[in-house]
Amino acid sequence: MDLRDLYQEVILDHNKRPRNFGVVEGGSQAAGHNPMCGDRVSVSVRMADGRVAEARFTGSGCAISKASASMMTEVVTGRTSEDVRILFTTFQDMVTGKSEADDEKVGKLVVLAGVSEYPSRVKCAMLAWHALQAAIDGAGTTVTTE
Amino acid sequence: MRTLGDAQGHMFDAAAARREFPILDQQVHGKPLVYLDNANTTQKPLAVIEAMDRYYRLDNANIHRATHLLSERATKAYEGARERIARFFNARESAEIVFTRGCTEAINLVAHSYARPRLRAGDEILLTRMEHHSNIVPWQLVAEQTGAVLRVVPMDQDGVLDMAEFARLLGPRTVLVSVIHVSNALGTVNPVREMMALARAAGVPVLLDGAQAAPHMPVDVQELGCDFYACSAHKMYGPTGIGALYGRRELLESMPPWMGGGDMIASVSFEHTEYNAVPYKFEAGTPNIAGVVGFGAAVDFLSRVGMQEIAAHEGALLDHATEALGAIEGIRLVGRAPERAGVVSFLVGEVHPHDVGTFLDQDGVAVRTGQHCAQPVMDFYGITSTVRASFGLYNTHADVDALVASVKRVQQFFA
Repeated sequence: MDLRDLYQEVILDHNKRPRNFGVVEGGSQAAGHNPMCGDRVSVSVRMADGRVAEARFTGSGCAISKASASMMTEVVTGRTSEDVRILFTTFQDMVTGKSEADDEKVGKLVVLAGVSEYPSRVKCAMLAWHALQAAIDGAGTTVTTE
Repeated sequence: MRTLGDAQGHMFDAAAARREFPILDQQVHGKPLVYLDNANTTQKPLAVIEAMDRYYRLDNANIHRATHLLSERATKAYEGARERIARFFNARESAEIVFTRGCTEAINLVAHSYARPRLRAGDEILLTRMEHHSNIVPWQLVAEQTGAVLRVVPMDQDGVLDMAEFARLLGPRTVLVSVIHVSNALGTVNPVREMMALARAAGVPVLLDGAQAAPHMPVDVQELGCDFYACSAHKMYGPTGIGALYGRRELLESMPPWMGGGDMIASVSFEHTEYNAVPYKFEAGTPNIAGVVGFGAAVDFLSRVGMQEIAAHEGALLDHATEALGAIEGIRLVGRAPERAGVVSFLVGEVHPHDVGTFLDQDGVAVRTGQHCAQPVMDFYGITSTVRASFGLYNTHADVDALVASVKRVQQFFA
């Protein structure tokens, strides 16, 4: 396994220049926390007509968690909450190695497929997704990866 | 291979010591393993593995309970280990060594059995900013139950405790001082002798959390004059799940049992129970006998190698690592106390420690990344985590070179 498979250029780019970094004013917000490494990510969303109209994130984390959060905010915009729920599961299955990477299903998120070779990094890739799900569900509480 | 002599002129051969640890002779991700996660847990020498294996093959039986030969042998192995551990820490007698599941349980035993019955609302427990969570949370639990208050000695940017504040905070309401002997996050060796002198003058007992000190330097509880000393076998080349609390006999005798069960009693009826003598009244139930046997073998191993020799060797490795990492532009050392042991904590520019850890692992270099169960230390520096390389007696200068080379590659990769 080459580290370039894990840290693909796209990931390094999102790590350096995260997209949608910030807070959706008046949006529903939820935070994710990984107690193992101290990483925190907060995701806020605005829903309109049952779809994600806007999603943004803040926080600090490793390259994997930051890139995953950044790309997530891009791909979920415009999707229905049911679509997001399905994508969550598909993405989780990919990074945990339960199913093969399929770019038709996950789109550009396929660059994170390398995570499945590094079990200790799965939580990094999933952190923002858990926070997003909680934000959409309106839970508004801190979720942890534990 | 390099050999090093300490001040007494003893020679220490790390390469020879290394051969006693079969696990080190392997490749990870196609690279030779460079194990620098010793503050997390150390590897186990053949002497420990074989002692535990022999115990299960030949001697296994329950202790203190049966009249048959195996039980006698098991009891002898268990109590013999206690005697050797008592000698290792220079306790006055083996009854002052209580076996626990580890350092955490040892601290909890003092918190619940010594402190809780004595604490009144407004009483104080004195800790420091650099405590491991295991020396914070037990005190919070008893403080919640009793209305006692935690006082925290501050530290400076180098990770050195403010001793003037220590003296000031040590007041009439202080019931106990509990201090980490060597910081697991920063490597700081705390001035425990100075603290002991101040605490003794104030008549306040002291617990030292020795998890990170006992593997790295000679520890003599009588010379230190501490009242309690807690340690974990698995950080001392022994097995996991076993540790010890040293306690002065008078204090142990004054403490009620913490857990009830078999072996901790002298007589039981439904109306009244007489407790067993120390240390047995704190060891309810069938203990981790094989673990104790392994722990005994581990302190024998450490004594054979020599704690002075280990301290000198690891000190040289730490100097080497501190100097080489400190010389790289963009590396920030976290914790620069003049007196340190075993640990170098650092940050590689803006690269997150978790990414650094994954990268080093691919080069065969095992380190810990994260907050090291010391979140207040991370908060103090305004960071979430560090990369921590920690040394053991089998590490060599080539291991330090491998770490430094890999860190340089991390910088290039994430440039």
